[in-house]
Amino acid sequence: MRVEADQPKCVASGQCVLAAPDVFDQDDDGIVVVLDDHPEESTHDDVREAAAICPAAAIRLADK
Amino acid sequence: MTDRRPLRRIVIAGASAAGLSAAETLRREGFEGALTLIGREPHLPYDRPPLSKQVLTGTWPAERTALRRPEDIDALDLELRLGTAAAALSPAARTVTLADGTETGYDALIVATGVRPRRLPWCGTPGVHVLRDLPDALALRQRLTAGRRLVVVGAGFLGSEVAAAARTLDVAVTLVEPAPTPLAHLVGPDAGAFLTRLHRDNGVDLRLGTEVTGIVTAGGRATGVRLADGTLLPADDVLVAIGSEPNTAWLRDSGLRLFDGVLCDEYSAAAPDVYAAGDVARWHNPLFGTDMRVEHRTNAAEQGMAAARNLLHPERAAPFAPVPYFWSDQHGTRIQAYGCLRGHDEAQVVEGDPADGRFLVAYRTGPALTGALAVGMPPKALRRWRAAIAARTQWRSPADSLVA
Repeated sequence: MRVEADQPKCVASGQCVLAAPDVFDQDDDGIVVVLDDHPEESTHDDVREAAAICPAAAIRLADK
Repeated sequence: MTDRRPLRRIVIAGASAAGLSAAETLRREGFEGALTLIGREPHLPYDRPPLSKQVLTGTWPAERTALRRPEDIDALDLELRLGTAAAALSPAARTVTLADGTETGYDALIVATGVRPRRLPWCGTPGVHVLRDLPDALALRQRLTAGRRLVVVGAGFLGSEVAAAARTLDVAVTLVEPAPTPLAHLVGPDAGAFLTRLHRDNGVDLRLGTEVTGIVTAGGRATGVRLADGTLLPADDVLVAIGSEPNTAWLRDSGLRLFDGVLCDEYSAAAPDVYAAGDVARWHNPLFGTDMRVEHRTNAAEQGMAAARNLLHPERAAPFAPVPYFWSDQHGTRIQAYGCLRGHDEAQVVEGDPADGRFLVAYRTGPALTGALAVGMPPKALRRWRAAIAARTQWRSPADSLVA
């Protein structure tokens, strides 16, 4: 799984950090930071949840 | 739930954030049956928060509001019924009738038909706008050119954001609000005073404590609004932003319980095999021990997800007990809040100072901490307060001792 974040779209809600704290963080302005763009399989459900719940549709997942 | 019929077809009424989230969750959780998504609008699911921000200022083209790429929608294998609204529901026959007269059967249904703008009697007059859908935003955007005069009726989230967006285009904006500050009932006096100053510092002519009683027209077009004290505010355009009403008219004869929304239990269930999610749903949130209906973007996605899961797995249904979240962008300032602020008994500035444009307000309802609002604070500061709200922290003074 590859994780991409569209930072200009991000609205700093932090919902991704709540859903998958090992993979996402926020900078001081609240904008998403991807900590691990090829996260371990054990986090994939959480990452999918984070992408689905993002209120700005700013997280995109690819297969590899 | 023991004799449950097999789930061959699930229908989702409403193709915006909540409906899309429900559809994606159903597929992600392995539902392989037929999935029908009904949408009043002709567009693929798009996002509404940018309509009063980037779309209105012209920094985003309309296409950028798409919630998913067309190939992502294709991958969901939906039967898309766009451009025709759900018009009637018969839970006994398990059918939804569409506005075009066709009927679709279901084994389970998710109602996600959202809200529509509350209107005033003169809302149909040329020059008077509401803002909910993409065409509304594009029509208003076309009118917002430098030097034009816009009167915004209502300083809630929408009215305040449109006022701010219009100022960036050098439109002369008057914002009229009957309460003593913008969002007074929600954010309390300190944050309200900050928002008042924020508008005025950015050139908005903010008229508080007064109401619009009617419009003035010339040649059939609105040319201004009249205030309660007789003042005439000339305008090239008027935006009415006085709140929303749930889209439940189509459910009138359905037997579902309707009371300012579709009444649901704590699982977002409205009736056997019928669930509701998003702006239209009023459900019992056990975290706060009260029924609520939340018109915020994040709730639409979260509740769409929760309703879909409970529908698929009633044997392990989980109560939907979120800490609501909202954000608003006004004049380059981001306001964020967690919890339930509405109807609070006490609001206290616990970090920073509104005078510096960086502060955090905590809200008490009854004996508990129920909300927190932040302006210009780092995200981690607010996240601690979210955790404290989720833990049902009892209020004590000083309130800044409530979080670690």
